Amino acid sequence: MRKRFTRDQKMTIVYGILCIVLILVILQFWLLAATMNAYLGGDQAIILPAAVASLVCFALNAGLLWYLHGIERS
Amino acid sequence: MVQTDREQSNASPDGRPDSEQPQWHQDFPIDWPQDHYIARRDFTKFLVLTSFAFTVGQFWIVVQNFFRARRGQLPLQFIARVDDVRVGSVLNFTYPDKHDQCALLRLDQQSFAAFSRQCTHLSCSVVPEPDKRRFYCPCHEGAFDLATGSPVAGPPRRPLARIKLEFKQDAIYATGVELRTL
Repeated sequence: MRKRFTRDQKMTIVYGILCIVLILVILQFWLLAATMNAYLGGDQAIILPAAVASLVCFALNAGLLWYLHGIERS
Repeated sequence: MVQTDREQSNASPDGRPDSEQPQWHQDFPIDWPQDHYIARRDFTKFLVLTSFAFTVGQFWIVVQNFFRARRGQLPLQFIARVDDVRVGSVLNFTYPDKHDQCALLRLDQQSFAAFSRQCTHLSCSVVPEPDKRRFYCPCHEGAFDLATGSPVAGPPRRPLARIKLEFKQDAIYATGVELRTL
């Protein structure tokens, strides 16, 4: 059974998740810009690892959002 | 905790007591903590959607790279005879397609170089200026070194694509395009 949180606790949690998601999105933006530069410059080595790293960031973000919905349902 | 929540929901964001609030606020009180929570939760949702868009963009590059790799070797194309290009002069040609402008330079008696004329900033056509030893992009005042194609001024950060050359007897041929990051 999930732990029930007070409104203040939920607010703290949503702030924490928001900060983490924001950092990951900025990281993804930098990754996309760097990969585009590498692609246009003919450097192929970085493209697939960057895509995988971006996918991992998205999975983390989606997981955090899922957790946020979970604590609302509880 | 329930008591605290009730106090918070009654409190107005401007901090004034209830008696100073307009009538509509007393008739329709807003649960401000809940409002703040939902605003931040929705912003988080929006960021996750942005994260998804970035991931799609990354995989779009992977797909584009796959198709570019499948194109394979570019054709061999005659450009000019060695004697047709004077030292210090520039000869314009197209390679690999008829819309891809390129420039062949004769730097001295023995050395030649060829570059794509597509600016690496926003793809404007650069103008060779041998007297100033540069390629000049009129769109955003960009400039590239004439001998190496490296960016020397303006917004471009990547050098011009180099056209690979091959010499057969006294003829010059283009054999490929070398994209560069440095």
